[in-house]
Parts: sequence; structure tokens; C-alpha cells
Amino acid sequence: MIREFTLNDVYYLLLAARWTLALTSIAFLGGGAVGLIVAVMRISPFSSLRLASTLFVNVVQGIPLLAWLFVFFFGLPILVGVRVSPWAAAVAAYAVYAGAFLGEIWRGCLQAIPRQQWEAGASLALSFASQLRYIIVPQAIRIAIPPTVGFLVQLIKNTSLAAVIGFVELTREGQLTTAATYRPFSVYIVVAAIYFSMCFPLTQWSRRLERTLRVAR
Amino acid sequence: MSLVELEDVVKRFGALTVLDHLNFRVEPGEIIAVIGRSGSGKSTLLRCINGLEPIQQGRIVFDGVTVNDPTTDLRKLRQRVGIVFQSYNLFPHLSVEKNITLAPRVVKRMEDDAARRLAVTVLARVGLAEKIDAYPDQLSGGQQQRVAIARSLAMQPQLMLFDEITSALDPELTGEVLKVLEQVAGEGMTMMLVTHEIGFARRVATRLIFMHAGRIWEQGRADETLANPRTPELANFLEAVLH
Repeated sequence: MIREFTLNDVYYLLLAARWTLALTSIAFLGGGAVGLIVAVMRISPFSSLRLASTLFVNVVQGIPLLAWLFVFFFGLPILVGVRVSPWAAAVAAYAVYAGAFLGEIWRGCLQAIPRQQWEAGASLALSFASQLRYIIVPQAIRIAIPPTVGFLVQLIKNTSLAAVIGFVELTREGQLTTAATYRPFSVYIVVAAIYFSMCFPLTQWSRRLERTLRVAR
Repeated sequence: MSLVELEDVVKRFGALTVLDHLNFRVEPGEIIAVIGRSGSGKSTLLRCINGLEPIQQGRIVFDGVTVNDPTTDLRKLRQRVGIVFQSYNLFPHLSVEKNITLAPRVVKRMEDDAARRLAVTVLARVGLAEKIDAYPDQLSGGQQQRVAIARSLAMQPQLMLFDEITSALDPELTGEVLKVLEQVAGEGMTMMLVTHEIGFARRVATRLIFMHAGRIWEQGRADETLANPRTPELANFLEAVLH
């Protein structure tokens, strides 16, 4: 039987949005850790590390996120015989995906710091790690914030893909509510509004950061 | 024993030979001015001495340590060989104090208090004690370059390399930087400086090297070499620089 689309449904959509935020947060943290390693490997003096990280980035970026979700959800049980929950599969897929993209964003930011800054550090007898830590990263962070927040906004919206492996986040809850109420237009307007209310403050924050960082040292 | 020895040093960038079988020595206390056209290999020479550029042939020895030996710890070497660059290369996100104390604190594990005192001392030597809390973008080019010299001095090197450090400065600022250089030279520091300031080279350098086509074309006492060039290349170069 088809029921009405009520405030109760809106409430359930909001509850589901928590899972969107949870998935985004964990994917961003995991992806951030992976991305940091990837970015440093990409600019490291060792060609084997550069090669390995380049390969990782190219493989991840060359395969759609949807396919990664399938790989982790349907592939792992077949390949290694481990059953994974939609939550675990989604977290793994998004961490890998975010890791490759953040790694590339941050590599670009690290490389935007003039070569002479590295040289000045090296000529003061600082190690590669110290040059990175005290000279390069502090300067790179300033230029990394806007594109990183931009990617975070993308990530929030892209978590909607996790619906295809049955992970109930905002979009999946929207599908379920639509199926029960047969009010797709109203349901998805609410879904869109919730996404917007999560992303808009972030883009605004990013704009403000860009303005303040332009004048800051 | 010589402080620096170069034996048959060859440096190539691809097919381009920048240093062509170079041989020379630097004795402690010498102040060597290196002059020559752009592309004659002057800057590359300095960069090879502290290992910023690898060489393809020959040997560079600093105080008994072979710079181009792959097992040499370049970080140990660079604590004893300072270099100052044309574009200052101060760290823009750090104050003058932090620019100076970063390496002593991180590399030499100096305590914060001692490092601050060291910064005060070296800044006084370059006449910028009052700028200790300023940031690089609040300083003039000449002041930035003097901070860069102080930063290098703070490591208490045995040899200092100066790579065209006044080339980006106007004549007035050049003057203040040269004054600092002259003072450091007067304190007995062994120095090699690539420069286009011929007058300064004549006044301060104990030896002048004229580089041409990747070789040491002429060298000798600064005043004599400048007054009586033996080769047309040096004569032409001086003609071009002095007029």
C-alpha cells in the first residue's frame, strides 16, 4: 500500500544523512592518510616509491568509483573468501578513491613550492624529512586547503553511489522512501536540500579561507 | 692541507659540458672571487662544491672528505659549507629568528634559548638585530640577503659560498650587502664568491678566477689579473663589464 510522504519520512532522511556524514568523514580520514603517503611518495627521491605511487594513482583514477564499490563488496568474497558488510566495503572503496585523489592534489601543492626552498633547506643540512616538515608542508598547506575542501564536497555527494551496494545513506533512504510513498519529486527535493545544506557551508568556508590565506603569510 | 681540492672535475647537463676538467685548490682563509660570463660555469662550480649538483668525472674534496663519494654524508658536509643564493631563498612562512634558528635547532639539536641568542649574535654581525621578529616580506631585498648570510653564518661553516648574491639588488642595497661580506671576510672566513662586482673583487678578494667555457681561463691576484688580462677573453669580458 502506498502511504503519504510525511514529516516522519523527512526525519528518517535526516537520520540517514548521518550515515552520509559518517561515510564521508571516515573516507576522508582514511583517504587523507593514504593521500599523505601517496603525495610524499610521488615527490620522494626514490624512483621505486615514485613508480609505485604513480601506478596506484593511475589505477585508482582510471577505474570508476562504482567499480571500486563492486570490487570491494562483490569481489572480496570471491577473491579472498571474506564476506564484507556494505559499510566496510564502502569505507574501503572510498578511502582508496579519496587517497588517490587527495594524493594527487597534495602532490601538486607540494610541487608548487619553489625548488629553491628545498635547496635552501638542503644546503642548511636539513634531511629530506625535515625539509618537508619544517619548510615545504607548512607552505603547501596554505595552497592545499581550498582544493582539499573542494574535494571533500565532491566526496559528500559521491557517497550517494554507495547506495548501489545496499548501504543505507541519504540517497538509498530516498530510494526506499520513494518506493513506499511514490512521491519521487518531493522526496528527492528533500534529499537534494539535505545534500545542499551539507555542502554549501563547506564551499562558503573554503571561499573565506581562500580570501584570508591570500593575505596571510 | 687545502680546504677544497678539485681534481679533473667534469660536470655535464645532458650534452652540455658546464665544467670542463677543472683543477684548483682553495686554501684556508682565501677569499676567491669568481667572475665570468653567464653560462661559464661559475654558479655550477659553487653548487658542485657543496654537493647540490652531482659531477660526472673527477673528484671534489672538502677538508679530506670526498664530496662526490656516494657514501659521503652530504648533511655533515653541508654543516661546514654554507651557501647563499642570488634569490635569498628565505623561508617566507618563518620569522627572521626562525629562519636562522631552524637548522641549528633541528640539525644541531640546539636548545631554544641558545638558538635565540645565536640568532641575536649573527643578526648583529649583519647589522639587523632589530629585525629578529620580522618576516621576510617585511624586509628589503638587501635586508633579506643579509638575513640569508646570517642564516648561513649561524651554522658556523668553515667555507662560505656566495652565488651572485647582489645580482638581484639595486646599487644602494648592493652596497649594504657588500659591506657585510667585506666584514665577514675580515673575520677570516674562507669564501668563494661568484660576482659581477669587479670593484669589490679587486678590493676584497685574495685571488681572482676568471671562468670561460667551463674552464679556469685565468687566475691570480685580483688587482694584477684585472689590471693586466693575459687573454683576449678576459680583456673582452672586463671591457663589457666595466663600460
